Amino acid sequence: MKISREDVLRVAELAYLDLSEDELATYGKQLNEILDYIGKLNELDTANVEPMAQVLTDDQTADATLREDVEKSCHGASELFLQAPDAEPPYFRVPKVIER
Amino acid sequence: MAENWTIESVKSALAAKKISARELAVEHYARIASRRALNAYLALSEERAYEQADRIDAMVAEGKPLPALAGVPVAIKDVLSTRGVRTTCGSKILEKYVPPYDATAVARLESAGAVILGKTNCDEFAMGSSNENSAYGPVLNPEATDRIPGGSSGGSAAAVAAGLAVASLGTDTGGSIRQPGAMCGVPAMMGSYGRVSRYGLIAFASSLDRIGPFAHNVKDVASVLHVIAGRDPNDSTSTTAAVPDYVTELDKPVAGLRIGIPKQYFGEGMDGEVRKKIEAGIEILKKLGCKLIDIEMPHTDYAIAVYYIIATAEASSNLARYDGVRYGLRVNDDSLLAMYRKTRGAGFGPEVKRRIVLGTYVLSAGYYDAYYLKGQKVRSLIAQDFRDAFTKVDAIVTPTSPVPAFKLGERTNDPLQMYLADIYTVTGSLAGVPGISVPCGRVNGNLPVGLQIFGPAFGEARVLQLAHAFEQAGGATV
Repeated sequence: MKISREDVLRVAELAYLDLSEDELATYGKQLNEILDYIGKLNELDTANVEPMAQVLTDDQTADATLREDVEKSCHGASELFLQAPDAEPPYFRVPKVIER
Repeated sequence: MAENWTIESVKSALAAKKISARELAVEHYARIASRRALNAYLALSEERAYEQADRIDAMVAEGKPLPALAGVPVAIKDVLSTRGVRTTCGSKILEKYVPPYDATAVARLESAGAVILGKTNCDEFAMGSSNENSAYGPVLNPEATDRIPGGSSGGSAAAVAAGLAVASLGTDTGGSIRQPGAMCGVPAMMGSYGRVSRYGLIAFASSLDRIGPFAHNVKDVASVLHVIAGRDPNDSTSTTAAVPDYVTELDKPVAGLRIGIPKQYFGEGMDGEVRKKIEAGIEILKKLGCKLIDIEMPHTDYAIAVYYIIATAEASSNLARYDGVRYGLRVNDDSLLAMYRKTRGAGFGPEVKRRIVLGTYVLSAGYYDAYYLKGQKVRSLIAQDFRDAFTKVDAIVTPTSPVPAFKLGERTNDPLQMYLADIYTVTGSLAGVPGISVPCGRVNGNLPVGLQIFGPAFGEARVLQLAHAFEQAGGATV
């Protein structure tokens, strides 16, 4: 498997990640090495193996995953806005997204 | 420097009024200041620490019963949220982030009387094995300052090893507690998946991330784990399984326990000196009356490949939240999408970008079955290896790391070589079982070696008993 510069660029676009030309080249090369290494998994026949969808077994989570649907107050909603780069509570301001 | 404090020595000194909790905090901040070059801490929370210390001192003055960790100075890895205390995850993208709430593990430590000294340095978003991926510079290994402390919880390990905290919290996704514990020469444990609430832990890989303690001895590790373990309604992956009193269970006999020695963990790639120490460590367990049993864990060799599919896939998803809108860095642009791209391009460091690229790739259309699904299937086989082993043995003993702490800069240009340093720890991460690293002698002069003990899921008490017995029998100086 050979990863091209275009492959890395496509993935970076999917991930909304600006990469420099240097980064595209470096990551392309390293990705090839890592994917080559990962290729060793193909030595194993997994046709009849279930994927491990979760770590805990059902009996370990039976009591834990469901709760009563009750209303609770959220802590410090106003404090959350203090962390925003550009906020006008109760809104976060972002660049214009709708063109007219 | 004065001898290191332990939870027990803090407790008796406070009770005898030989020192106050405030004086203890002052002493630790002085120690931190004298070892600034280690770069173990990213932020100090003096105000919060002294308020807590004064509360404890008031309880002492009033003769009230003291909670389990009263006055114990602790350090917190910088991926755990701390109310009012800057939390960066070792990343520029969260350089100014101040969480409005505490992680449950942090809140539980403080409720038990611990004094939170500050936040410890780590690889960016806990991605790394050497602490060299921190945006704020690497931590130096206190035992050999030209070497790495291990990662990603390098600051938490170094802080305890250098006496800059009595205990600390780290997080472990593929070895990030156990490996730096081994390299800095302190006991370090990750409990079972689901044992400790992760509410307030800033996520890297959600099916793998776990929180756990570093301390000077196994008993203190047990004390801290007991405080932070247990069900939390704010984390639906924390289980209701009962939490035994790990400390009172420590002295249960280990004679007769069956210890599995998997041959796949003793193959090529292990440093010869490390091998000798681990073999000597296993002899100690034999002298303690444990039965050694050779076992097979046939899928061990595939663990790194599985790990770097699953961990990066989950990371690419978890780190989508850093978009410059609600918190963290923003790099402005007229277009929303360009703002996202520039913010993330400028805010993330090289290793984080590499993992986002890899994780996005293995999840992308056309590659999902070949990589992610394949990885999850082999993960099942690795978990089955552990289940099979635990039908024959009570615990599994391995080296923690194939090599002692390496020199700063030695592996930074070769990510695959860096990933392979986690070869003995990622298996337990993938399987969800508990594991501890305990000091097992030193090599090449002064470089610590760690012996790893795995137990079955929710078998923490047994793992701690063995580690404690090993330590008491002189394991650290084998």
